[in-house]
Amino acid sequence: MKKVKRVLGAALACVMSVTMLAGCGEGAATATTGGSGSGTFKIGAIGPLTGAAAAYGNAVVNGAQIAVDEINEAGGINGVQIEYKSEDDELNAEKSVNAYNTLKDWGMQLLVGSTTSACSIAVSEYTKEDNMFQLTPSGSAEDCVKYDNAFRVCFSDPNQGIASAQYINDHNLATKVGIIYDNSDVYSSGIYQKFVEEAEGKNFEVVSAEAYTQDNNTDFSVQLQKAKDAGADLVFLPIYYSDASLILTQANTMGYAPTFFGVDGMDGILSVENFDTALAEGVMLLTPFAADATDDLTVNFVKKYNEKYGETPNQFAADAYDAVYIIKAAIEKAGATPDMSVSDLCEALKGAMTQIETKGLTSAKMTWDASGEPNKEPKAVIIKNGAYVSAD
Amino acid sequence: MSFLTYLINGLSLGSIYAIIALGYTMVYGIAKMLNFAHGDFIMVGCYIIFSVSAALSGNSVIGIIVAVVLCTILGVTTEFVAYRPLRGAASPLAVLITAIGVSYLLENIALLIYGADIKSFSSVITWEGVSFAGGQLKIQGVTIVTILVSVVILIALQLFINKTKQGQAMLAASEDKGAAALMGINVNRTIALTFAIGSSLAAVAGALLCSAYPSLSPYTGAMPGIKAFVAAVLGGIGSIPGAMIGGMVLGIVEILSKTYISSQLSDAIVFGILVVVLLVKPTGILGRQMVEKV
Amino acid sequence: MNKKQTKNNLITYAIVIAFYIIVEIMILTGNLSSHMKGLLVPLTYYAVIAVALNLCVGILGELSIGHCGFMCIGAFTSAFFSRATEMSIPTVPRFILAFIIGIAFAALFGFLIGIPVLRLKGDYLAIVTLAFGEIIKNVINSFYIGIDSKGLHFSMKSAMEMGMDKDGDIIVNGAMGITGTPHNANFTVGIVVLLITLFVVQNLVGSRDGRAIMAIRDNNIAAEATGINITGYKMMAFTISAAIAGAAGVLFSHNITTLTASSQYFGYNASIMILVYVVLGGIGNIRGSVIAACILYLLPELLRGLNTYRMLIYSIVLIVMMIVNWSPKIIEWRKRTFGRMNLKLTKEA
Repeated sequence: MKKVKRVLGAALACVMSVTMLAGCGEGAATATTGGSGSGTFKIGAIGPLTGAAAAYGNAVVNGAQIAVDEINEAGGINGVQIEYKSEDDELNAEKSVNAYNTLKDWGMQLLVGSTTSACSIAVSEYTKEDNMFQLTPSGSAEDCVKYDNAFRVCFSDPNQGIASAQYINDHNLATKVGIIYDNSDVYSSGIYQKFVEEAEGKNFEVVSAEAYTQDNNTDFSVQLQKAKDAGADLVFLPIYYSDASLILTQANTMGYAPTFFGVDGMDGILSVENFDTALAEGVMLLTPFAADATDDLTVNFVKKYNEKYGETPNQFAADAYDAVYIIKAAIEKAGATPDMSVSDLCEALKGAMTQIETKGLTSAKMTWDASGEPNKEPKAVIIKNGAYVSAD
Repeated sequence: MSFLTYLINGLSLGSIYAIIALGYTMVYGIAKMLNFAHGDFIMVGCYIIFSVSAALSGNSVIGIIVAVVLCTILGVTTEFVAYRPLRGAASPLAVLITAIGVSYLLENIALLIYGADIKSFSSVITWEGVSFAGGQLKIQGVTIVTILVSVVILIALQLFINKTKQGQAMLAASEDKGAAALMGINVNRTIALTFAIGSSLAAVAGALLCSAYPSLSPYTGAMPGIKAFVAAVLGGIGSIPGAMIGGMVLGIVEILSKTYISSQLSDAIVFGILVVVLLVKPTGILGRQMVEKV
Repeated sequence: MNKKQTKNNLITYAIVIAFYIIVEIMILTGNLSSHMKGLLVPLTYYAVIAVALNLCVGILGELSIGHCGFMCIGAFTSAFFSRATEMSIPTVPRFILAFIIGIAFAALFGFLIGIPVLRLKGDYLAIVTLAFGEIIKNVINSFYIGIDSKGLHFSMKSAMEMGMDKDGDIIVNGAMGITGTPHNANFTVGIVVLLITLFVVQNLVGSRDGRAIMAIRDNNIAAEATGINITGYKMMAFTISAAIAGAAGVLFSHNITTLTASSQYFGYNASIMILVYVVLGGIGNIRGSVIAACILYLLPELLRGLNTYRMLIYSIVLIVMMIVNWSPKIIEWRKRTFGRMNLKLTKEA
């Protein structure tokens, strides 16, 4: 009896796993060939929607959603509606590939994602294989766009590091610079590396470069104290606003007030709930997007985002919003139709991307070359009276 | 002078670890389980204080009281629903995994209610602190309060365990549950009481943690929780003074290694020291030597 | 090895092979979605590492919560090798060599770490394995290794420190890890590795050595009194376990082509995830680990439709499954009810 039960148990488990697999196999028929046939463009987005980086993924997904809604309301792309779906990757490259495959089963033709660099690189291996058009809103590592089917909206990490060093040099902002960066993060250490390389021969000196990790991101007293002891009059923070808000608070309590200089990850610091914006007074950042810019596009976007999600959008949301409009522009340029196969669509858009010139939240003028890098000017802004003001 | 500053920063961080570790060690000592969700109780406490203070326009005292009460209820409920059914299970790992499940559950509930974006926490301690040597050496109010609170809690716990009947019951239950039950001690109630105390400590720890490092997200408690667990083991898990010492040592080592060795490798150094300490004293600094019987 | 055990082992292989055949048929007939196809390789390496951890936790009886550290070592050493020799060695021998290298390094570190770790007991041992896992991750995050015409360059500080030529290739780039590892792992390779793992572990368990290891787990003093070399056997089991975890790492790095030493993959949280597979599959039950790894890895993926409620439901399922499977009262109740049912059935028959 016992033996029978055991064998039965094992057999049952086997059957169960297979049915679990099969249960999800239903969508398989439409999966690989693409071409939704239903007369809509299917756009997918991937980002961390749960886990420690969920704030960024949600921003991307929501930002893209607003653009999709707007386009659909206005009659779609060349009269074709967009279908939109997002998947969670938990900031995990493996899960990101799973998310990509899920979206493929759904019939995705165009990918807005992934949100983060490592995930974006992992997914690009697969989009390359499938020849699917990939536009990452915020994957900033160099390798994110190494394939010709991948493009991005944001600046690349090296680009930001170099631009920051040049900006500090050109505007004589400091003589001694301290850096605090996240040693466990692709984005942060990428910018840090290029910044230090570029700083050679500039009119300032890097006097302290201290790291922290995501496992160790509560206490910044040491890093700040070292910058202070080294006499840094500017502290460069190539990190995200969530950690930066803590650094600003701690610097304030220890009575250290250098100029803080951030990059695009710093955007969003003013909308941290309950954050004392006085602490961010005088913080400079190179960012393509500022939520309180007064142009119609930004005002409209921020208003809609606020209504829908009860938050002020950050740079991630803006990049994703632009990404959808960029896809729209490219489709219109290429005259692509939804019945094209994924690969044909990709080929058409690849060509169109280098010809279009778009205006968006993150730049008044964006163009691309075949490398996938955007050409746009970084804007320097400074925080004054709790608001972003153009620094130039 | 800067060495003193670093040392004080270390003490401040260490005393927060210590308070969290006290909660860990209490529960471990009596229930013999690692409550992996302890760090998330801290996070829950922080969010409660945050919400209540916001609703009452900044009255944090009431916020802390509410948080302590609700965290206590949460702790006792969790024990009753998730941990008690597994008491006496064939493997002690069963309850450990359940605790991990509870930890995920709390994090994801917080994620659904409050969203993933960080919130800035207003310090519950408004005192500026004191400065010495013409402002060269500044000790923040929150640092002093944290250290004081941790010492007070330590003394109170020691008195409670050694001087009260309930405390003695806890000691007895930690020695031998079966024998304690035979002596007329309600073991279930004693363990529930332990959870109540541990969780209320988590709420206090949360208030202090977020006052010192004012950033709040659903994952705020996870890393301090695991560090405090390390601290509790370092001090000898189950020992209340050990948790205090372990927490302080961990905090100071973390800050000093970041300062004088490498900020890149500080995590590795902290854990490396833990390894060395445990090799010299295999049951932690104040841990009791386990006697093995055949 | 007695007959019953042999039969039991054969059932395990049969399940794995049957699963492989069914999946292959489904792929050929086009019945498997891309999502599921993408999950197949991860399934195999999580099953492999779950078996490795079960060897450590279930057979050896020592709780390790840093096993993903060994996986990390296997992943990084093999990915480094594959990247460095991508141009010079053809795929098949390179991939085999990558396996050997990944496994060898993981075993080496398992051995070295085992020396201090296995002197400790219980929770102290667990916390030290956690510490080593975190140390490995943190140190790898500070590694910079590159190759140029002058040979290998190495730094612990930054990529610039290496002083490489402009045309040099930075292979390990600190937190940015290794990108562009060749995508060599596939389901068949994964299944082969899983079968070899099962073969090694099940034979070990059934052998004289395995019985010695389990004797140490059950009562080390009695085992020592009968002349069993406790340290030697503990080291052996721990090293083998680490080596297998390394093999899982090789599969991992050659499946996901970008490799970073971050907490999502190799931190204590990931190690605990594997521990969950082991405990739910049954401590010491090798087949259980494989099945639990498959089901628990698939579960959150299958719940994707629920979006934000996904992980919430996953955690509730986890708690409920633990209570149902392990609570002494429920086990007793189950025995009574199902026992009665069995009794009835036999009576009717």
